[in-house]
Amino acid sequence: MTTPDDPELELEAAPLVRAYVITNGRSLPADDEFSLITLVTAAQDMPPTGQLDPEKRRLLDLCSGGYLAVAEIAGHTELPVGVVKLLLSDLTQAGYLYTRAPVPPAKLVDRRILEEVLHGLQARFG
Amino acid sequence: MAFKPVLDNGVYLRDSVQTAAKILVVGHFAVGKTTFISTMSEIPPLRTEEVMTQASAGVDDLKGTPGKTTTTVAMDFGRLTLSEKLVLYLFGTPGQQRFVQVWEDMSRGALGALVLVDPDRLEESFPVMDLVEHYGIPYAIAVNRFGDTSHHSDKEIREALDLLPETPLVNCDARDQRSSANSLITLVRYLQSRLN
Repeated sequence: MTTPDDPELELEAAPLVRAYVITNGRSLPADDEFSLITLVTAAQDMPPTGQLDPEKRRLLDLCSGGYLAVAEIAGHTELPVGVVKLLLSDLTQAGYLYTRAPVPPAKLVDRRILEEVLHGLQARFG
Repeated sequence: MAFKPVLDNGVYLRDSVQTAAKILVVGHFAVGKTTFISTMSEIPPLRTEEVMTQASAGVDDLKGTPGKTTTTVAMDFGRLTLSEKLVLYLFGTPGQQRFVQVWEDMSRGALGALVLVDPDRLEESFPVMDLVEHYGIPYAIAVNRFGDTSHHSDKEIREALDLLPETPLVNCDARDQRSSANSLITLVRYLQSRLN
């Protein structure tokens, strides 16, 4: 049985097949669980990481420096967004990550958020 | 167990940032979306790939339809920290109908969209405007005047795009930060006006 970090397997696997293997063929999490702009960071006090597979360790390494959006994590790791969401979902449920959810859709028309965006843009570029 | 951060500090958000918001930068192929995002982003723009068929597809499916699941859509995006607590992400979204799955993901939670149009190729903006309207995303039009040879007036462009009178239209040079910021400000002011 080849291990996932076997270089030969790495060479042979097409990117998508690799994504499929990483997720163990499971379906992707519901879209509302992680959005592209959910902010994620490594938990301060996390469980032991010995049993984690290499892809998850890689994500934890990346997340250990501070908060990043899900899309940024996908961009830096060059993994498909759906795969990243699934791995992050696993890691969060197991207590390795903290998340900060984006603005809930119901509050999108919140005056305060628009005002903050406007003031921020004006302060920076006005 | 301690992990080593694998990126420079500037890549990470400030700890104080609590909220992320999203604005879409949409338009047809080569209209200047990536230029706009590069101009505005505080980090080097990143690219994500969305796989169009679920990764849950069985192995048999992968065998049966070779190549089908490798269809990916690339999206460029950038980031702007706007206050101690708020970060804004700008997502460049392709305007083709066949990327509807991506649009569903992108439009969820977006404050609004800036539609970049090329005055020389106005008709190419129709599909993307259909999508924005279909998903009910409020939008402003930014006319990327770089290399404009048509010299259409704003009024002519408004008519060609069949804009509602309240839809803002600004001229914009996607290479210029102040000009690009101004078009975002126009969009946000419009979003505010819709609340009144």
